[in-house]
Amino acid sequence: MTLTRRDVENIAHLARLQITEAEMPVYVSSLSAILAFVEQLSGAATDDVVPMAHPLEGQVQRLRVDAVTESDDRDVYQANAAAVEAGLYLVPKVIE
Amino acid sequence: MSLHHATAAEIGRRLRAREYSSVEVTLHFLDRIEKANTLLNAFVTVTRDRALEDARTADARIAKGEGGPLTGVPLAHKDIFCTTGILTSCGSRMLSNFVSPYDATVVERLAAAGMVLLGKTNMDEFAMGSSNETSWFGPVKNPWDPSKVPGGSSGGSAAAVAARIAPVATGTDTGGSIRQPGALTGLTGFKPTYGRVSRYGMIAFASSLDQAGVLAQSAEDAALVLGAMAGFDARDSTSVDTPVPDYAAGLERPVKGLRIGIIREFFGDGLEAGTGAAVRAAIDAFHVQGAKVVELSLPNLPLSVPTYYVVAPAECSSNLSRYDGVRFGHRCKDPRDLVDLYRRTRGEGFGAEVKRRIMTGTYVLSAGYYDAYYLKAQKVRSLINADFKRAFEEVDVLMGPTTPTPAFAIGAKTGDPITMYLNDIYTIGANLAGLPAVSVPCGLVDGLPVGLQVIGPHFSEERLLAAAHAWQRATDWHRRLPPAFA
Repeated sequence: MTLTRRDVENIAHLARLQITEAEMPVYVSSLSAILAFVEQLSGAATDDVVPMAHPLEGQVQRLRVDAVTESDDRDVYQANAAAVEAGLYLVPKVIE
Repeated sequence: MSLHHATAAEIGRRLRAREYSSVEVTLHFLDRIEKANTLLNAFVTVTRDRALEDARTADARIAKGEGGPLTGVPLAHKDIFCTTGILTSCGSRMLSNFVSPYDATVVERLAAAGMVLLGKTNMDEFAMGSSNETSWFGPVKNPWDPSKVPGGSSGGSAAAVAARIAPVATGTDTGGSIRQPGALTGLTGFKPTYGRVSRYGMIAFASSLDQAGVLAQSAEDAALVLGAMAGFDARDSTSVDTPVPDYAAGLERPVKGLRIGIIREFFGDGLEAGTGAAVRAAIDAFHVQGAKVVELSLPNLPLSVPTYYVVAPAECSSNLSRYDGVRFGHRCKDPRDLVDLYRRTRGEGFGAEVKRRIMTGTYVLSAGYYDAYYLKAQKVRSLINADFKRAFEEVDVLMGPTTPTPAFAIGAKTGDPITMYLNDIYTIGANLAGLPAVSVPCGLVDGLPVGLQVIGPHFSEERLLAAAHAWQRATDWHRRLPPAFA
């Protein structure tokens, strides 16, 4: 699998990553190499194989009681944010 | 014998015998960190005041006859575990300003056991790496030879314990990140069964693979610390509600009659001769002690690395989507709009390897490629899991090398991701199948440590620790110190 620059630009957009001009050729070649490397999986016979989604078979995800258990720690959490106002997280204007 | 020559268990015993105080022990290690860290770069943060406060609390508990085997013993946490009020960076620029508002369960439990927090250790960025060269805080040096890598991603924890600037440290293992650095620095690196240790407050990389564990000087230390860390936690939905055995009490279980399987696929091309010879000699020694040794084939195991490099990046791309510059972490300056905020924050905040993995994962999960990559990899993962299950019908544990070579030179593999990824060729299988595994030191090759890996069925921690302990009673590889740090 060989990716083009266009492919990598598209992937970077989907992943919301800015890739610099200098980085771009490195990713074009290394991502192509990684996809070529994982290509060897296509040789494995997996016709009737059930995909493994969890390392422990038979584990059932627990559900908790639908009750309030957390205290209001908004101020503590927001101390890590770059921009807050009146308890809200600030982002650039979305609607013109 | 100097203080730092003692294992964590020995320090605990001497504290209880009042041979010295926790404050004295803690000051000794803080002093060693101060002297060594400029060279090793093993610690991102040293929590001196907190350590001395913890030590005084521990001394008071010991004076009252309270506490347990780890009370007053210093430790270091990998900087992937959230610690209240302390920088929790995950080795990334993205979190280089993140002060955690809460403690990880692992941090909480080891503090409750009375352990003293020395600081937070350096690591590959978001635990993605096998050499500790992807850290935003710079590479960690191997105490056995500072021109070599310590392995990764828990490289800071490994270097800290190997240089005895910390008696024991926590780590995490997604594809070998405890065992591989353990092998390359001469330590006992223990990765428990998936779900055995709570991941609450442990920054996520690949959620179907991540598990917390220990980098220790001995199987006994690993048993004590693991015992204190493990157990059910309602705050982690993958936490398994199974009682934790007394690992330390089970250490003396004899090796006689143990059925050992040698993994044939781990002894092929690519295994450095000296490493292979040391591992073979170790397995022979188990045979002499009365273990039954057979050679087994796990034919799908060679597909572990390509399987992992679909599954892990896919999960990483999903987990790391939370870093958006809004709620915590790095934020770019003067974003034009919301997409610009995301793109530049993430472009600046993540390093080259993390971006590579996010993009690999984004690609394999994108429309039209899901079946060919992700679904296929999850099916091959089933085949690998089935290989292990078949093997454990015949044997109690599997053995082989932890790594293909001893520690390599800093910079030697940074240019080619595939070459770097292949360092984990022997460790990834256990993560894909959720199995517990341990690396124990089994020799020196040109002055550098190499490790024997022991893999067991789910929840066979006791058996693995007993096998590691039996080996360490018969040998002194785990007692060797890097000459510069003796």
